[in-house]
Formats: sequence, C-alpha cells, structure tokens
Amino acid sequence: MSAVQSTSPVPDDTRRRGPLAEVFYSLLRSRTFLVGLAIVLFWVACALFGEHFAPYDPLADDIINALAPPSSEHWFGTDQIGRDVFSRVIVGSRDILTVAPLATLLATVAGTALGLITGYFRGLVDDVVSRILEAFMAIPVVIVALLAIVALGTSKTTVIVVIGLSFAPIIARTVRSAVLAERELDYVAAAQLRHESALHTMFVEILPNVIPPILVETTVRLGYAIFAVATLSFMGFGIQPPSPDWGLSISNNYGMIGGGFWWTVLFDALAIASLVIGVNLAADGVHGALND
Amino acid sequence: MTSSAKAKNALELTDLSVAYRVAGRNRAVLRNLSLTIGQGEAYGLVGESGCGKSTVALTVVRYLPRNGSITGGAISLDGQDVMKLDAEALRRARAESVSMVYQDPGKALNPSIRVGRQLTEIFELGGVSGQAATDRAIAMLNRVRISDPVSVMQRYPHQLSGGMQQRVAIAMALANDPSMLILDEPTTGLDATVEAEVLDLIAQLRQELSASILFISHNLAVVSNMCDRVGVLYAGMLVEEGPTEVVFNDPRHPYTVALLRCLPRGGQRKDQGRLDTIPGFLPGIGTDIKGCAFADRCALADDRCRSELPPLYDLGGRLSRCFHHDKAQALPRATPSDVAAAPKAAAAPVLRVAGLNKTYASHGHALRAVKDVSLDLRPGETLGLVGESGSGKTTFARLLLGLVPPDEGGTIELEGKALAPRLENRSDDQIKAMQIVFQNPDSALNRSHSIRHLIGRALKRLAGLSGKALEARLNDLVRSVRLTDRHLAVKPRQLSGGLKQRVAIARAFAGDPRIVVCDEPTSALDVSVQAAILNLLADLQSKEDVSYIFISHDLAVVRYLSDKIAVLYLGRIMELGPSEDVFSGPHHPYTEALLSAVPKLDQTETARIRLDGEIPSATNPPSGCVFHTRCPRKIGPICEQQEPPLSEAQPGHSIRCHIPYAELARLQKAVVTEPA
Repeated sequence: MSAVQSTSPVPDDTRRRGPLAEVFYSLLRSRTFLVGLAIVLFWVACALFGEHFAPYDPLADDIINALAPPSSEHWFGTDQIGRDVFSRVIVGSRDILTVAPLATLLATVAGTALGLITGYFRGLVDDVVSRILEAFMAIPVVIVALLAIVALGTSKTTVIVVIGLSFAPIIARTVRSAVLAERELDYVAAAQLRHESALHTMFVEILPNVIPPILVETTVRLGYAIFAVATLSFMGFGIQPPSPDWGLSISNNYGMIGGGFWWTVLFDALAIASLVIGVNLAADGVHGALND
Repeated sequence: MTSSAKAKNALELTDLSVAYRVAGRNRAVLRNLSLTIGQGEAYGLVGESGCGKSTVALTVVRYLPRNGSITGGAISLDGQDVMKLDAEALRRARAESVSMVYQDPGKALNPSIRVGRQLTEIFELGGVSGQAATDRAIAMLNRVRISDPVSVMQRYPHQLSGGMQQRVAIAMALANDPSMLILDEPTTGLDATVEAEVLDLIAQLRQELSASILFISHNLAVVSNMCDRVGVLYAGMLVEEGPTEVVFNDPRHPYTVALLRCLPRGGQRKDQGRLDTIPGFLPGIGTDIKGCAFADRCALADDRCRSELPPLYDLGGRLSRCFHHDKAQALPRATPSDVAAAPKAAAAPVLRVAGLNKTYASHGHALRAVKDVSLDLRPGETLGLVGESGSGKTTFARLLLGLVPPDEGGTIELEGKALAPRLENRSDDQIKAMQIVFQNPDSALNRSHSIRHLIGRALKRLAGLSGKALEARLNDLVRSVRLTDRHLAVKPRQLSGGLKQRVAIARAFAGDPRIVVCDEPTSALDVSVQAAILNLLADLQSKEDVSYIFISHDLAVVRYLSDKIAVLYLGRIMELGPSEDVFSGPHHPYTEALLSAVPKLDQTETARIRLDGEIPSATNPPSGCVFHTRCPRKIGPICEQQEPPLSEAQPGHSIRCHIPYAELARLQKAVVTEPA
C-alpha cells in the first residue's frame, strides 16, 4: 500500500496530559477537595494508628473518675464508667471507616451493574427493573435494617449489606441516565456493526465513559453512608458494644445530657459531623474537577 | 452622516493582539491584526478553524472569555476607543451600536421565553415599552420576512425551524439599528436551501440598512457572495486582504491559493484528478512563529520566509503578507492530481434495494421516513444521496446497515443474497461487508479507547485476526489511511478532526467491506482536511473496488465522488441517475432548486430559484406530488392530486415529475444552473 501523500505529523497536543492526569491536577488545585481530603485522612490515620497516640486505653474503665468534666488530664472528660472520651473519639473512627466505605463500594458495584443494564436495554427490561428499584427506594433504610437483622443477625456485614443495597438503586438511577445518553452515540452503533455482545458493549465500550458521574455519585454516597452507619449504631442495629463507635457512644450517653454531662455526647457528634463534612467537601471537589 | 470631512470608519482594529491564558501561560491568538471596515461595508473574514476568526468577533465588543486578554493594539468603533470605555459605556456600546448573530440560533435564543418577549425586551432596554414595543417587534419580524409575525411572537424558539430561528436572531440583532453587525458563521448549521434564504435576507437588509457588516465564515463561496472586501486570517495574522472578487480570482498569498484549490469546483470528478491539499497543520495557538506563519506548509517557502516575518505588501488596493506574492499562484500542488483510471467492468450489482419502507409511529400518526425506495449499486461505484435534512437520507442508510429494521415487504440484497432486516440476524460476513463512516468522529470513536484498540478491535471482530497477523494488518491499514505509528497510542481527543475521521475510515475498512456508507464524513471538517479525506476515499475505492453510499448536503462534494445520484425528498426518491446527468440536467425541479441554492465562488449571477418555507412534516405529507407545496414549476391541479411515478426519462435516469422530460429540458434551458 503506497502512500500518495506524505504522512501527517502528530499535532502538538498529543503531548498534553491524559484526561485522568488532568482531573488529578485539577483536584490538586481545588482547595475544597484538599480541605475535605485532609479531614478524611486525619480520621483514617486515627482509625489506623489511633491506639498509639490515644492517651488512654479507650476500653479501660475507671469508675472513680466516672463522668469527669473535660480537664487537662481528660481533655474531653470521661463517660459513665470513667472511660476517656478523647481516646474513644480517636479510636471510634475505626468501625465506621470500614463499614461505610465497604457499604458504598457494594452500592456502587451493584448500582453500576443495574444502571448499565437498564440504560443499555431500555424498553421492558428498564421498565420492570426500574419500577422494582423505585419500590425499594420507597422503603426507609431503618425498616430494611430491622428486617435484615431479624433475618441475618446483628453484625457489621449486615450493616454493609443493608446500606449497600439501600443505596444501590440511587446509584443505579444516576448511572442509567448517563448510559442512556452514551447509548445514543455512534460508537455504540459501531459496536453493534461488529456484532459485539451486549456485555462487551456495556462494560468495555460504555462503562469507561460513565466513570466520572459514578465517581461523583460514589463520593456523595459515602457521606450519606457514614451518616447511615452512625444512625444504625445509635439505634442499636449496627456496631455492638464495647466498640468505641461514635454512634454507639452517643446512643449510650445521650440520656446524660439532661444531667449536664454534655461532653459524653458532643465530641462524638462533632466527630461524625466533621467526617461527613470532610467527605462532602472532597465529593464537591471531585464533582468540580470532573465537570470543568 | 458625520460633520467631519473624513467619514469615520465603522470599525478599526490597529495592531490588535489577543492571548488566551492556558495552563499558566499566555498564548497568542491574534497577532498584530489591523483591519478597517468602512461605513456600510461588508467585510468577510475567512480562514480555517483555530485561526482566530471568532476571537476577532468577541474582541470587538471586549467579550473575551475569562482567560482571554487583549495584550496590545487598539479597537475603534465608530471613532470610539473601545479599550477606554468604562463598564457602563461598554454596556451601552454593546446594546446600541454593535450586534452579533452566532452560528447556532437554537443556543442564542432563550428556550423558555416566547419569541415576542425576547424581542420586546430589547426595545424596553431602549426605553420603548408596552404596545409600542410590541409594534416594533412585529415590524422587525416583518423586516426579516417572517410572514406571520403575530403568531411567531407567541411561539417558543423550539417551535420554529432553524431558518426561522436564525431570522429571529437577526431581527433581534437589528432591533436597535446597530451601526455594526457581526455575523459569526450565521448559516453554517443550516441546509443549503435555508442558507440561501438567510443569505438573500442579509443581502436585502444590507440595502435597507446602513449597518456595516463583519461576516465571519469558513465557507469561501458564502463570503464571496456576501462581502465587498475579504480578509484571510491565518494563525491570528492577516495574510491577505482585498476586494472579494479580486482576492478569490487572483489570490496573491499561497494560503489563499491553496484554500481555493482544496474545493472541488467546476464539476470536478474523482476520475478526473485528485483535489489539492494543504500539508501539515495550523500552528497551535501560542506557538512562537519566526518568519511567515505559513512557511512550514508552503512549497514556495525559502530560508527568508522561515526567518523573517513578511510585511503586508500593498499591491494597489490589496494586501498580501508574502515575499513571493508575485508568484503565489505558481504554488506547486501538494498532492499530485493524476489518478490511475480504473477500468470498470459492468459487474452484477453488489447491492439491490427494492421497495424499502420505514414508518415510525409519532404521536399516533404514521411518520413515513422512507417510502418505496428501490435502487441498485455496482462494485466500485458511489451512490450520492442528497436532499435537505429530514429527507430520509440517514434513515435510509441505517436501514441498509440494519441498525433500524425496515417495514415488512421491502428487500435488501447483498451480492444476490437477501439480508435479514435486523442486524442481530445477519451473518458475520454480511456485517463486515457493509460498514459506515459516521458524520461526527467524536461520537463514533469511543473516547476511552486508544486508536490502536479502536482499529485493532475492528480487525479482530471483522477480519477475525489476532496476534502477529493482526499487528501486520493494523500497520497496513493505518498506513493506507495515512496515519503513523505515533497516532496509535493516543486517544481520539488528542487528534484533530481530520485525523479522527481517518481512524473512523480505517475502522470501516478493517473487514474488507464491499459497501461503506459515508454519512456526511467531511461536514465537520475544514476545506483543506475535507480535500484530503475525499482524496483518501477516492484512492481507497479505486484500490479496493469498494462501493460507497455517500450522504452529503454539499453538492460539489457529492458530485466529486459520486457515479450515481439519488435525490430524496420526504423519504421518496425524486430523481435517480448517473451523476453527470443529474447535475447537468434536465433535472427534477427539486434538484434544480437544490443546485440553485448552493453559493458559488464564481459569481456568475444566474436567475435563482428559491424554495419557500420548510420541508413539510413527514407525518402529514402533501397530497399528490409531495413537492408540490414548494415546487417552482408546479403545472396545475394534477400535482396536488396524483403522485407522479418515478419514470425513466432516459436510460438509467429517472425523474418523479408530471412535467415531461422534453418540457423540463426546455424550461431549464432558460436558466443554466452551473453547479459550484
């Protein structure tokens, strides 16, 4: 095959960064993302290495010093059996930071698969699956949790499954709308003109192009998952004592607020709030970077 | 108009430089650009995409994007220094003396506000309100030849066709009687027939109004018909300027010469020679340019051109920025014109379509997108499909490919074997035999995959290759579409439009197809790139003996590549025949109107035929001949009552018209339509 015409050179812009690298650099320039990330990383560090720098053993009781107000010795005071609140808050991030991300991961994987299927096949498949998902979304998480606990017993796994499956339809909806738009593009028709299987078209052709909305939705969901885990622990459905988990501690101590022992609840509540805010700030940053 | 002895110029740009800040660096977009537009003058600015045309338009009213800044020079509008205006004065200038019309009227109009309100708003800004504003809005719509302004006022933009939207946008631009009207590709997204109407309107308005016009377009023919003077922009620099007729007939800059040569003109055909191309690429924005910006792509360039910036030579009323302006037209061709004439044996048709129909259900109505289409195609032949948007060209192509199932009854035969209506039921061999090059490579190429993956996957699936054999064929294929190994590792977005389209072509050719459908493959490309793609398609055809179904709204392009033409209107074939017969006529009145609508570079002003109104809705097509509502040659009630048959007027040339062939010949002799 002889070339009639000299080959054209690659234009300058091939030396530009790839799209992922570009997103990465714009994340590094986003103050919102960096602040959020710092907060999240702080709690991750606490979860991983908390016991090494917590001043006391978070599980050790000290009845004589029970319900001591914040002091130089106990910065955040002590709870009703004398455990150091500061140490418990630091180590308390461990359970929530394993359960919430795993639940979000489950929700993302299940939601992405469902969204791809409904968006790709459209028609009857979409109608049936989407109605089921909507019905599912109408049931409050707490009710689902109650049922699941009756069926499966209380454990971290139950919490992960309950939250994961409750969030999956929400992610599925986001993915579906992105897939519907992608499906109209000619590369999908080109794949059909190569007799590609539906699975190949969904997962190799379409999936890489809907990653950005999935990433945004996942980070947003992570914030909600943290909140949901804390809520379930507070209600006694989730993480069990003697874990220093925040939601659980609030649940154990909130009766004391009336007695003026605010420190047993406030710091755990602030910890939950700060983690949720951190994740949401990071999610905002991701959203901004992907939609520039 | 002014009391001063010397009339003020409408617009004066002096040594204007503009830069965009990208990745922390200022990149020059306009470089010392000077131009002057006199009172009432229409000035055309042409050049390929990326050369800074739209930046000029935005700069005039200091409306640059946030990362853009004016780094030097002066702008004077009606004698007013735009650079010195404060925010309020600038607002007033934008509101009162300059108006802009953009390419996409659908985006320029607010979709949630009625047309009337959008118009009266402008008058209210000028202090007129209530009934007076409404009256003026109606008068304005009348002025842009909208026949029923009162009802149009009540409508939302999406309820208007593209041509009507652009008229409304022009009405809005003219509302305050601006002294300067900037038109940025005002007809680019429109059909040829609608484009012709809008251009006629602008030409008529020019005679009624005093406004000066800055007309920006990549379409040289449009500019040549609309403008008094033209400036050719290259890499943000003015390379040539002069009276339109002079510049286009006697260009003095190699870039202008090359641009004009890229266009298929005077009925040029693929077997008569290849189009010329411009090698290389426009320098990226912000590149340091020593010497002449065009030197890298210019066969006339010598050492001086590469080291020293040529001045704008004044050649008596015209300017050229070239040391060799005296011999610019001696520019050697970048692509040899010669072609090996492929002897064509009369083989059996590769494709035979009979009685193909497609009906969509649309709100309870039947929408007949394709009606009773029959034709056949021989190996190595190109069938050109022409017609306005909505005529069923793309639907027909999708029916052939099996992407859309046709109504029962019709047949599609590939090499003598009937094809299943649905893609899923076709064999792998049938699938690879018919492929497509889509209009928009951004949509057709998966942006997540590398070029190697895109072409390799097609080879694997369509040619059944793997391993070393695949690698070898991949290299062959890549070279045959004139890409190099360096392109393989990158993603589509890192390539220019022309290169992307080459990848799409390589992919379509992966399985040695018998037929390739080309759906407007060059409509998104610049003329120099278009020429290269058309040459490539012609070369591949003569080498591989593949047949094309070539869809395009650009009749000159269709004529260059096609052996046979089918003219579609409302899903029906109105005319079918050998390309030369269809173009030279006598032809169907619709074909005649289409040909007449095309703006031509050679300004041989012929009596023009204009189609009124829009293509009717396919849910409710006119009775009798579907074209009778717009037909300039309608003969009487028979046209409204009886659908004429597609009858063979001459061997191989069929026309669907009640007017006898001889009569058409006599009628059309009076108006010789010379296609672009």
